[in-house]
Amino acid sequence: MAILDKHKILETNATLLLICSFLVVTIGGLVQITPLFYLENTIEEVEGMRPYTPLELAGRDIYIREGCYVCHSQMIRPMRDEVERYGHYSLAAESMYDHPFQWGSKRTGPDLARVGGRYSDEWHVDHLRDPQAVVPESVMPKYDFLERTRIDGKYIGDLMATNAIVGVPYSDEMIEEARRDFRAQADPDSDYDGLLERYGENVNVRNFDGQPGVSEADALIAYLQMLGTLVDFSTFTPDASR
Amino acid sequence: MSETGNKNTVKIQEGDPNTTGHEWDGIMEFDNPMPRWWLWVFYATIVWGIGYSIAYPAWPLVSEATSGMLGWSSRAKVEAEIAAVETANAPINAQLEALELAAIPGHPELEDYAVSAGAAVFKTWCAQCHGSGAAGAKGYPNLLDDDWLWGGTMEDIHTTVSYGIRNEESDDARFSAMPAFGRDGLLEKEQVSQVVNYVMSLSDTPQDASQVAAGAAVFEANCASCHGEDASGDIYQGAPNLKDAIWLYGGDYETVYETVWNSRYGVMPNWDTRLSEAEIRAVSAYVHQLGGGE
Repeated sequence: MAILDKHKILETNATLLLICSFLVVTIGGLVQITPLFYLENTIEEVEGMRPYTPLELAGRDIYIREGCYVCHSQMIRPMRDEVERYGHYSLAAESMYDHPFQWGSKRTGPDLARVGGRYSDEWHVDHLRDPQAVVPESVMPKYDFLERTRIDGKYIGDLMATNAIVGVPYSDEMIEEARRDFRAQADPDSDYDGLLERYGENVNVRNFDGQPGVSEADALIAYLQMLGTLVDFSTFTPDASR
Repeated sequence: MSETGNKNTVKIQEGDPNTTGHEWDGIMEFDNPMPRWWLWVFYATIVWGIGYSIAYPAWPLVSEATSGMLGWSSRAKVEAEIAAVETANAPINAQLEALELAAIPGHPELEDYAVSAGAAVFKTWCAQCHGSGAAGAKGYPNLLDDDWLWGGTMEDIHTTVSYGIRNEESDDARFSAMPAFGRDGLLEKEQVSQVVNYVMSLSDTPQDASQVAAGAAVFEANCASCHGEDASGDIYQGAPNLKDAIWLYGGDYETVYETVWNSRYGVMPNWDTRLSEAEIRAVSAYVHQLGGGE
């Protein structure tokens, strides 16, 4: 009972109790969090990941601005029903350039982690303009203003520089050429060789919204059409033991 | 009050537990032990926790966490579940894949399976464009009728589902593009108006009957090569039949005018990279039996 008597010292000294509580919580936190930074089986390396192109990054910003994440998650959990409906379960590394990540399991709308390539650009335009025109059961609001709102990518280089600070490997060249790449991706008639050189051959270069110029719909659809398409699961098999 | 304040004070009696030793204004606290059932449940959870951390992945070590005696992982579990379903369906899927496409409708046992499996595939992958009941939407073909853009036989549907239409991903995608007759200056406004009236006259009443005759000439010179001399369409070019009253974008004057002026056509993704051959055959059989299968 001696140790319980010692406990009385803590109970009767508020400052000491506070300090010791803090210590206990710190140890608990460290034990849970620290291993995630060094354990090999929590850091999975995958093939194919690349940073978002300027246009996709702008689309991602619009996605966040419009609160798409309130209804749509981007995390396919390793469960049969989700894998069969949405595709291969998500890997942590697929969110490695996401700041902030878009994980979640609360879904009013479907998961979008692998929506890329699943529908045509035209479908996305029709659907953003009036979701009920293509999916009568949908409760999604209309985002028809996106295709009418022009964006010029004036600050996209700054956004990329900010992402670079938190670890996204944007090179100085990528940031310098950001605005040119931003415009090139939405215009298949432009000279987009530099864009493909910097971000890879699998970048979609299309006039996503079918209208001249770059609209917010162009950026958002460019983002949606690449979601979950970077890792090629026909050649890459994740370690099943993780 | 001060004189009578202690009247209700409870006296500690023989057999009462000890008090905690505090006293405020005459209030003391018994040092009762925890209920025994509670204590045992508490001890049981500790034992359970130890057992659980031995059986399942738990403690972080130097390079990885302990993987647990049972070797459980969420990824292995989902893979095993999917493999179990695939194994169970493997014989019937093999049958489905071995049978000639045209023979699937009418094959008693296989068709039932294909249609049920295909309905699930359809509701997962196709319903967003073609509608959960397959009735389509403006710009997305209705699959319930017998009006086919690219053909309605099992082979045709199978090819369309596998490779899609006008997408950039599949080299085998079906492809055709209607010229933008107005925008690209191939026809004058007057001629577009005439041909629209002619096309409307084929299935319904034209907006301006006096233009129909001139429109027929415009049609023959510009449209007949794809849509056919008699405007009944051509499934090898995905050219719609214009004689029926079935419209993809709408059959009123303004809509048809817009279609001829700017041209418009849909894009369908290829599904051969996302669905298995058996799934594609199943969804083809499902679409085939919806009403218009040829």
